Amino acid sequence: MTNTPTEVIFRIRRFDPAVDGEPHWEEHRLSYTAGMTVLDGLRKIKETASPTLAWRSSCRMGVCGSCGMFVNGRPRLACNTQVTELDTNLVLVAPLPNFTTIRDLVPDLMPMFDAHVALHPYIIRDDVDEQYGPAGEFVQSIHEVEQYLQFSYCIKCGCCMAACPTYATDPTYSGPMPLSQAHRYNVDTRDGGFKARRKDLAGERGPWRCHYAGECSRVCPKGVDPAKAIQLMKRELVLDYLHLLRHGCPAKVVPRPAGATRRDGIPDAPAPTIANAPRM
Amino acid sequence: MRDQRWWTWHVAAGLVILVFLGLHMVIMHLDAVVGIFNPHGGHPIEWANVVERAKSAFFMVTYIVLLGAALFHGLYGLRNILFELNPASALKRGLNIILVAGGFGLFALGTWAAWQSFVLATTHVIAHTL
Repeated sequence: MTNTPTEVIFRIRRFDPAVDGEPHWEEHRLSYTAGMTVLDGLRKIKETASPTLAWRSSCRMGVCGSCGMFVNGRPRLACNTQVTELDTNLVLVAPLPNFTTIRDLVPDLMPMFDAHVALHPYIIRDDVDEQYGPAGEFVQSIHEVEQYLQFSYCIKCGCCMAACPTYATDPTYSGPMPLSQAHRYNVDTRDGGFKARRKDLAGERGPWRCHYAGECSRVCPKGVDPAKAIQLMKRELVLDYLHLLRHGCPAKVVPRPAGATRRDGIPDAPAPTIANAPRM
Repeated sequence: MRDQRWWTWHVAAGLVILVFLGLHMVIMHLDAVVGIFNPHGGHPIEWANVVERAKSAFFMVTYIVLLGAALFHGLYGLRNILFELNPASALKRGLNIILVAGGFGLFALGTWAAWQSFVLATTHVIAHTL
């Protein structure tokens, strides 16, 4: 926006299933303050005009992924969106599409998390004893880390799911977030869980419905490229079908350096909690 | 597993189409440069050239392979588009049956046509020679 606005108009989609038959729009006018984000505006409205307004938010710094909303026709994080960057003083705020709305700006993200969990989004080792009782650290080269690093920045905000045209019509499709996270672990050399994930990935819930619209990558507030992950996953699965993919987790455990002693005053690391987890 | 297998064949069929459609383009549109498939000269679809290609077992096989690849590639793509509309399970099964049956039917028809043209061209040449 060329000129800083003096007034910002928030038009918010309200819906309380206990009261409303269908959603309606509510308008509020706020004085602009320097650095105002969409989340700031919502807080101001809740404090001064509409105390029943509901949304999710937590960290206010684009880290927790709670405040994904549909702002001016695009899924965004409310805390990470400055009003000035919208290029208008009219801010349209609605819940994320492609999810059912629990209330006001609160989407039901459970289908996304169910799909996420189904694809085993965690490291599964071939050597189970090492997984549950790690003896040391695993060796990875910089190149190996780069294969999954950007995908590990995902904060599960659901913006990619809300932007995906395939997920909009086909609920059997796992969606960009779960698939990119499955890829994140598939290409992690510490992981050997490809076969476990393949049960779902090779079927209808896998990456096959993606036709590379690329909207998921365009809207991701963390710069993750789920569309790329999905295309790479297709390649992996094709290579797997052709028996050209190497499975297993070759990343080795580094033994503790012989003769190394801990300097005085440095406490021992806490015991790994993974040892208490139920074995899969 | 099914989608993984079908997608792999979908990609493979795309490669086959790329090669044989490329061959088609070369024959039809680069005849001035690559005239080996049009031994009688003139336009590639002139009768003499068409008969010359039709009596070739190589072309008969490529027609059938290209037909199979194009049918599988196209019908699997169509299936993906239709399934994005989230039809009911029974409708999905019905669509699968229709697409598979339709695909095999068209493949059988095309194969028969390619074989018949091969037979016709070779017998025509034999009769012409006699």
